[in-house]
Amino acid sequence: MNWTWFHRLGSPPSFFRFAERLAPWLAGLSLLLIAAACYAGLYLAPPDYQQGDAFRIIYVHVPTAAISLSIYALMAVAGAIALIWRMKLAEVAVVAAAPIGASFTVVALVTGMLWGKPMWGAYWVWDARLTSELVLLFLYIGVIALNSAFNDPRAAARACAWLALVGVVNVPIVKFSVDWWNSLHQGSTLLSMEGMKNPKMSTPMLWPLLASLAGFYLLFGAALLRRMQNILLERERRAAWVRELMEAPR
Amino acid sequence: MSLVRALGAVVGRELRLAARAPAEAAQPLLFYALVVALFPLGVAPNEPSLPVYAPALVWIAALLATLMTLERVFRNDYEDGSLEQLALAPLPLPLSVLAKLAAHWLLGGLPLVLVAPLLAAGLGLDAAAGRALTLALLLGTPTLVLLGGFAAALTVGLPRAGVLLPILVLPMLSPVLIFGAGAARAAAQGLDPTAPLYFLAALLALSLTLVPFAAAAALRNALES
Amino acid sequence: MNAAPLVLDSLAVARGDRVLFERLDLRIAPGEVLHLQGRNGAGKTSLLEVLAGLRTPEAGRFSGPEPEQLHWIGHKNALHPALSAVENLEAWCGLHGADPAGISAALDRLQLKAARQRPVRTLSTGQKRRSALARLLLQRRPWWLLDEPLAGLDVEGAALLAGLLAEHCAAGGGAVVTSHQALPEEHLPVRHWSLR
Repeated sequence: MNWTWFHRLGSPPSFFRFAERLAPWLAGLSLLLIAAACYAGLYLAPPDYQQGDAFRIIYVHVPTAAISLSIYALMAVAGAIALIWRMKLAEVAVVAAAPIGASFTVVALVTGMLWGKPMWGAYWVWDARLTSELVLLFLYIGVIALNSAFNDPRAAARACAWLALVGVVNVPIVKFSVDWWNSLHQGSTLLSMEGMKNPKMSTPMLWPLLASLAGFYLLFGAALLRRMQNILLERERRAAWVRELMEAPR
Repeated sequence: MSLVRALGAVVGRELRLAARAPAEAAQPLLFYALVVALFPLGVAPNEPSLPVYAPALVWIAALLATLMTLERVFRNDYEDGSLEQLALAPLPLPLSVLAKLAAHWLLGGLPLVLVAPLLAAGLGLDAAAGRALTLALLLGTPTLVLLGGFAAALTVGLPRAGVLLPILVLPMLSPVLIFGAGAARAAAQGLDPTAPLYFLAALLALSLTLVPFAAAAALRNALES
Repeated sequence: MNAAPLVLDSLAVARGDRVLFERLDLRIAPGEVLHLQGRNGAGKTSLLEVLAGLRTPEAGRFSGPEPEQLHWIGHKNALHPALSAVENLEAWCGLHGADPAGISAALDRLQLKAARQRPVRTLSTGQKRRSALARLLLQRRPWWLLDEPLAGLDVEGAALLAGLLAEHCAAGGGAVVTSHQALPEEHLPVRHWSLR
């Protein structure tokens, strides 16, 4: 197998050029998908027979909640790569992903609270999933705080990588313990094996959800590439390729 | 043999240091007892619902008391250079970390467990709940020390880690709090507290095997920064 | 003592994102003292840390001693201020598998007779440095890596250290020393080498 593409992508200048080309496409496509999902979710999908129009917030809540978890997992994978192969791009990815993950978590929490008001009659109840999401937010804040406490960006990224790795072992334990603590909650509607074979949601309700999920994933991709570019520019500011880039006529 | 001797040297040094400053070593216990003793002053005298909150209160006090001194567990060694000698010693660094944290638990964790029955009685918990609370602390406080030690290793080279440490580690400790206080609550309601106690034991086994390696790596990272 | 030479092959060392030096080739043979020189911030301490195995080089190859084959005395003394010199060294002996019976002789050699039972915090800078250097005598190891060993030592202390180094080299050991002060060079096979 030919690994040259991997090594070439691993070098900061090649990655920077690659991201420069890819990010606008990801951002454009994500906006298109999210717009389509919003239109379909708000106008085309029929109201839920129990929840009425209130259910429509799932088109934001479910994707952001799902992605907030995936970002943490991605951070841990990038952390492992950074620690094992001492790869600079992976270090940058760990640090770049944390604030995006925290933002998705905040959106998931806020939409969850807005949904909670009509459903439970209060903005905040100690529901198992909201509570785990809150703990996830604290875990993200920990990574961000740790990163900003260091002067040396390299040591910071490696410390964050270890924290993310220990955190990713912790996330399922937190989830399980919170479920045990509060076994009163609604089962997962979309991401169960049964649900895949025999969708509980009707098609006009389901496809906007999938479109919005894809759209938010692409949005995360675009944001991650842009943040990684910024961090690379700062960390590599003494390197020749950054100087050339800054002096190049636009 | 030399492994046992080396582990003994690490633990012995910590105990000797604590013996040099016994007042300082007693601080976490005092803090813990004071927090628990102050709480009833914030509610009505002889409040009947006090036992309901007792497990959570004792656990929060234990969490804070443990983390209070953990910041220092590697800091002195980092600042005076002993950490470099520890990193170069034939004893694998994860084992040295484990030995230091074990000593720290003996000095700062075990006393909290030992006075727990007294506090439980003072807060109006019945005997079964008091037993469950004490057992839960016995199984849970080592996990607090291990994860707190990991966070202390991550922040060892930082000038102001005092507040950062709890921010890093408290969210990770929420399962310990849930099962620890849950065991006492279950017993207070006349239920069997075995399940949450087993979960605490599982968490302890998991952190005993994984955390020393992560903490040792974090310390090496601090030496390289 | 049969010490293998330290061989650095196209070594690059960084602190954070700042590359301190690149493509460094160096061979250090036992039997001599390498006096590592260079301006502040050139990376002398970082290079010494690489030699000790405390720091991973950015690129290049390095073949050097195992941790049991070297003595590392950093610019920090690794002495706890609340313990006495003897207690500190006892803990070190336990950790490193050395015989604590040698502590008394080592401290005698460094002329720390009176101060050995006092807490380290009450010792002078030079006395602390001497206590740290006493480790060199507690266990025979072929390589000595010393970061600013003369800092805080008086003339007499510097001469003591030079004597120790001379004996060590005569016995087939090697040493790498960073120092801003000149090493006393009589009877001492010193090679000067400057980082950039």
